[in-house]
Amino acid sequence: MDSLIRILRQNSAIPRADLARLLGLTEADVAAKIAKLEEDGMILGYHAVINSEKWDAEAVTAAIEVRVSPEREGGFDRIADRIAGFEEVESVYLMSGGYDLLVIVNGSNLREVASFVAAKLSTIESVLSCATRFRLKTYKENGLLHAIEEAPERLAVSP
Amino acid sequence: MNSRIAAHVRDIPRSGIRDFFEIVQSMKGVVSLGIGEPDFVTPWHIREAAVYSLEKGRTGYTSNLGDPRLRRSIAKYVEQHFSIAYNPHDEIIVTVGVSEGIDLALRALLNPGDEVLYHEPCYVSYNPSIALAGGRAVAVTTHAEDEFVLRAADLEKAVTPRTRVLMLSFPTNPTGAVMPPDELARIAAFAVNHDLVVLTDEIYSELTYDDLPHHSIAALPGMKERTLFLHGFSKAFAMTGWRIGFACGPSDIIEAMMKIHQYSIMCASTMAQEAAIEALERGQRSMERMREEYRLRRNFIVSSLNDAGIPCHLPKGAFYVFPEIRGTGLTSKEFSLALLKEKNVAVVPGTAFGPSGEGYVRCSYAAALDQIKIAIERIAEFVRG
Repeated sequence: MDSLIRILRQNSAIPRADLARLLGLTEADVAAKIAKLEEDGMILGYHAVINSEKWDAEAVTAAIEVRVSPEREGGFDRIADRIAGFEEVESVYLMSGGYDLLVIVNGSNLREVASFVAAKLSTIESVLSCATRFRLKTYKENGLLHAIEEAPERLAVSP
Repeated sequence: MNSRIAAHVRDIPRSGIRDFFEIVQSMKGVVSLGIGEPDFVTPWHIREAAVYSLEKGRTGYTSNLGDPRLRRSIAKYVEQHFSIAYNPHDEIIVTVGVSEGIDLALRALLNPGDEVLYHEPCYVSYNPSIALAGGRAVAVTTHAEDEFVLRAADLEKAVTPRTRVLMLSFPTNPTGAVMPPDELARIAAFAVNHDLVVLTDEIYSELTYDDLPHHSIAALPGMKERTLFLHGFSKAFAMTGWRIGFACGPSDIIEAMMKIHQYSIMCASTMAQEAAIEALERGQRSMERMREEYRLRRNFIVSSLNDAGIPCHLPKGAFYVFPEIRGTGLTSKEFSLALLKEKNVAVVPGTAFGPSGEGYVRCSYAAALDQIKIAIERIAEFVRG
């Protein structure tokens, strides 16, 4: 199961037939295993990793450090869920250290993100403060380098 | 013109791989399964350590035996992974790849006419290295139906009073064979009975699959004092171009090897030694990641070849498969040449690894999955005719 997850994590678009050969299983076995992983919520979804700087140069991504006052019942969870519900929000993490929630937000331009922070995020009752940091350039994302490296030359036949 | 070349060099045939390489070089767009090195670049943390050492100006010679820090790392690594304890002070020498280690060992051990037993099909350099060291190479054939395991019984048939050395290399290039522990024990007993020095090239030892443990003959009782353990960084850590390896063994043999090494090489490249320390100290994770990748590709290539009607056993180690192509009615060389010309796919004829490789070709799966896929599709088309 570890190998299956690892391969899908690298390339979820890999044909089932190839997966079967790599893992030494039948295609039906592979399909069943994947179905089970999806059902168990182990696999939540499949994405293409897009070079957003190429796709839409105007788009912005912000990492927002949010300090909140935890609630007596439920701690950070209810407020984190509330933030996560907005479709602008890509990811929400509870962090150790100087702030509580790290919120990754995507917008089609700077103003869109700014208005989200001003109108939606900072107005939530238990939010104490927001520090918004915009992404300037991406070097590596989801384990993939953005600059496409040319494969170094190797001898075509060697002992 | 030939007359100015020394006879013992002139008589050595060029490597079959070299001939084939030149044909491949002259062609465009070849999909190659002929590559005997990892398709991974050396892991970044290892490259970075070498860069750092250059920044620090570590560019001088090291001790002839190799940087003491590296020898200590080697001793620790070999003890941990192979259960053999060597003294870094006088039982370890750092070499320019295992190739140099083999050359040094044979030159240090052989008197003219001494016989060396080795198993075949095997790496291309064994036979000529023995000849260059003045020895007589005696090949013992291993067989596909036995998964290319070396049998002590076959060694018994080939041993003579002139036999001095037994060369082993498991996992094997080109067959991917590994030795079952019971047979390895029989071979150890054989070496003791005939008082042979065992030279064991374990360059692929990290690359065994399906949690199969690797056993070194040097770790068996009574073997350390007669065994030279050769290993390197090329395969496990994807460091072929660094040319760095090592030999561990009894101090008298290491001392003799050091004499030759000191006058011919001086010491292995200093920056490669720095990189090697990093590989041993912190390379385990990258090695395991690459090994898992090889394992998956091995499964892929074996099942694809068998489905295409090309019989191929599932090798337990290294990164080669050695499918049988007799069914095509072609020799290994004819098969490889025709496949290259008609389908632009390079594999290596089995005979490059000794006459007993006839009827087989070596396909390396140290290649990207999409390349393997294309190559196998074309091989399947070729075989269907």
